[in-house]
Amino acid sequence: MTEKIKIKSKNVNVYYGQKKALDKINLEIPTNKVTALIGPSGCGKSTFLRCINRMNDTIDICRIEGKIIVDEEDIYSTEVDPVLLRAKIGMVFQKPNPFPKSIFDNVAYGPKIHGIVNSNDELEELVIYSLKKAGLFGEVKDRLNDTGTSLSGGQQQRLCIARAIAISPQIILMDEPCSALDPIATAIIEELIDELAKNFTIVIVTHSMQQAARVSQQTAFFHMGSLIEVGRTDQIFSTPSQKKTQDYITGKIG
Amino acid sequence: MNNLKKIEYSLKKRKRQESRFKIYGLLGIATAVSFLCIILSSIFMEGKKAFLSTYIKLEVYFDPDIIYTSNDQKEEDIKFANFQKIIKNSLNSFFPEISDKGELRKLSNFISSSEEENLMKLVLKNKQLVGQKITLWLLASSKIDVINKNPDMELIAEEDRLISDLELNWLNEIRSANNIKSNFNKNFFVKADSTEPEQAGIWGSLVGSFFTLFVTLILSFPIAVAAGVFLEELAPKNKFTDFIEVNINNLAAVPSIIFGLLGLAIFLNVMHLPRSAPIVGGMVLALMTLPTIIIATRASLKAVPPSIREAAIGLGATKFQTVTHHVLPLSLPGILTGTIIGMSQALGESAPLLMIGMVAFIVDVPGSFLDSSTVLPVQIYLWKSTAARGFVELTAAGVMVLLSFLILMNGIAVFIRQKFEKKW
Repeated sequence: MTEKIKIKSKNVNVYYGQKKALDKINLEIPTNKVTALIGPSGCGKSTFLRCINRMNDTIDICRIEGKIIVDEEDIYSTEVDPVLLRAKIGMVFQKPNPFPKSIFDNVAYGPKIHGIVNSNDELEELVIYSLKKAGLFGEVKDRLNDTGTSLSGGQQQRLCIARAIAISPQIILMDEPCSALDPIATAIIEELIDELAKNFTIVIVTHSMQQAARVSQQTAFFHMGSLIEVGRTDQIFSTPSQKKTQDYITGKIG
Repeated sequence: MNNLKKIEYSLKKRKRQESRFKIYGLLGIATAVSFLCIILSSIFMEGKKAFLSTYIKLEVYFDPDIIYTSNDQKEEDIKFANFQKIIKNSLNSFFPEISDKGELRKLSNFISSSEEENLMKLVLKNKQLVGQKITLWLLASSKIDVINKNPDMELIAEEDRLISDLELNWLNEIRSANNIKSNFNKNFFVKADSTEPEQAGIWGSLVGSFFTLFVTLILSFPIAVAAGVFLEELAPKNKFTDFIEVNINNLAAVPSIIFGLLGLAIFLNVMHLPRSAPIVGGMVLALMTLPTIIIATRASLKAVPPSIREAAIGLGATKFQTVTHHVLPLSLPGILTGTIIGMSQALGESAPLLMIGMVAFIVDVPGSFLDSSTVLPVQIYLWKSTAARGFVELTAAGVMVLLSFLILMNGIAVFIRQKFEKKW
């Protein structure tokens, strides 16, 4: 591949206590592209995603070996502050999880804690910009003071995306962002992902192979903690080189 | 078809089982409610009498010969004048036929001894009264009060009754002259303990309880919340924190009197803090309340969904920001509810306070955290263990006051829970 590489993992092993969850993952994720991680439940794709912004640090029994290099820097080296890292790498979770605060405050929270904005006007501008980017502004512009939890599931998820992009990260990690949504809300989010890929590097974990095919340019197939195959999405879904990949995308395993 | 029959048959059985189960439940609730009603109504029936006290109308003659013992009519004279004699003479003028000294003494016991001081103050304020005869309602003594409030007591045999037949006859004469009335018992709400039931009040112990609980809250709330947050959110999970956790849970089950012994040994004997003082009582109760609030804090922190934490951490919030901005506000209703429940436990606690001397007989309303005082439940205990008949009603009334405060506090807890609970 000739693209610029944003994230590079080298021999990543992850253990939960005694159990090995990921085995020697070597994966390169290109800049400003959508990379989909697919595989059956428990294959380790979410674990890998959560390694990229060190969310696994919050789990006491989780242990990580190997290197994950983002922009030429090993994020697990001691000089890296995980808080700073997470400002650079945003995350959208499986279940929409807006704060029980107003829509405005949900989006404003990140910029506020990081001290990104200097004035209230600037903050308002940024909140509106982020909501527009997430395709939500039109629906909520008259009720920015309503609680985020009063929105529908799809709107909540877009609110979470707006919240993530408000601190202008370089990478957005999405952990099955549509699994709790209906097909229409899913379609809206998928369009949004296409749009966002112009400015952000996106890594998305998904159970839906159609979704992976629709939104991603690169697909990585995980199985039982190993990375089986990675390649251009069209190639993975048309001519996979591994038998396991073939079996999975045709529904024989998973 | 055969199977369906069987199911139909067993269904009848299962339905019967269900309705039986419902009946057991209803019976259980009915028993509990009826016991509660019996307790509350018996307390109320007894206690409501304490809110009234009996007054007797007398023509009081402020005899200058009794009041001014010296010739120059000084103010000092009024202060040391024999008002008991004035009251006795007033009674005597209502019953002119009584002349026997012993009988007269009995008669003068109709009026509360507190009225001597009241008359003295009245004259001090208004010296023209000397030499005048005015009509006054004077507070009856406790035994007259008790007989007047419990008419059925007149029927018991003389030797078992509080007052003799003779005294009862006098009382009836006062009644037939319409010179007796029941009025609101102000003393009960403004005074502290007294040896005379008609002069005893709950206010002193109420203030004592307030001071004590204030100290308890100020000490236990911040310490317990800080400890709970630390253990739940920040502390590493290892043998040491497990050990602490087990111990906190055990402490919550330790009999409260043990905390009293601890207070006696450390606060009084080592630190030499004042005995019987609300500050020490508050410290002892704070020790007792700490585990309750810590456990409530941890439980409500645990109840905050992990997705909220992940959202904040994912945005790059620090651990501290995650806790203070999101987790703690969301768990605050639970923490406050736990705190109020802990506080109402502390309000009803007497055993540990006995150990540090808050069981003393205190006549003055405490004015600070260092003054000797007692608290509501201890006051109730003290009255209950006093022999005079008048304290029976005071005890019940004290229980009513204590219960109303408990209900009030629990009501606040429910209110906070409903008002500040957020849905997500």
